[in-house]
Amino acid sequence: MNKKILQVVESAYRATIEEQDDTVMWFTHAIRGGGAQTAVLLRGHAVNYGVKGQDASGIAFGDKKQTQPPDLPGDLTRLIAKGVEVYVVEEDVEARGLVPTDLIGGLIPIKKSVVPGLMARFSLIWQW
Amino acid sequence: MADKKTLAFLLMDAPYESARTTTAFRLIDAAARRGHDVSVFCYEGAVALSFAKQAPHANTVHGRDVAQEDHPNPKDWIIALTAQAEKSGGTLTWTNCGLCVDERGVGEAAAGVGRGSPGDFWKMAGAADNTLVIPTRG
Repeated sequence: MNKKILQVVESAYRATIEEQDDTVMWFTHAIRGGGAQTAVLLRGHAVNYGVKGQDASGIAFGDKKQTQPPDLPGDLTRLIAKGVEVYVVEEDVEARGLVPTDLIGGLIPIKKSVVPGLMARFSLIWQW
Repeated sequence: MADKKTLAFLLMDAPYESARTTTAFRLIDAAARRGHDVSVFCYEGAVALSFAKQAPHANTVHGRDVAQEDHPNPKDWIIALTAQAEKSGGTLTWTNCGLCVDERGVGEAAAGVGRGSPGDFWKMAGAADNTLVIPTRG
């Protein structure tokens, strides 16, 4: 399929401990690996996925320790390295008290007002 | 333990769907480590948390094989929490809503997990010092 897909990610940290990743990021990695032309737009709480230095390690239930905690900014970095454009809504970043230096490199900031124009460049919009 | 309490929880979210599940397990873990007696009633999708046929998997996106990925299965967390409760001098009773189990076909549960009805949760709440319901949210 040569249709370009924009993955709009808004729901954040949903079962990331159980899955050891974000399910939509994982899905995006998987279809990119299959050759899909796709990009990601992080909006709402999901902009926090781009924050550097997140550490979800150390959780244990009884003596069952998690050995592979999620690495959300790392997963994004690897997605960008695969040629996937990852956009973040600037207003949603600012609303959370974040500044650009809080975020990993390679993210593309975008104003809310420009989002419709971004969407127009894609054949499919998948809102998660 | 002088301040030993009896606590009841109701969980409703299916496994691998919500951060609420992790939060609930953390609360149960904290209670179990302190030696409290804990009763958990799983309703609707949460009955699959204890499904015995859950299996870890490799993850090619992460570049890890099955052993390296060490993928969590909540049934193993329940087993570990039950052991923790016993080690700390308390108890953990895990009960699934039986009709919820049947409609999902997840009748094969981890050892020690029981089957019950909303009436059982009502009794748990009656016997508990406090009760926390953690429902599914849209």
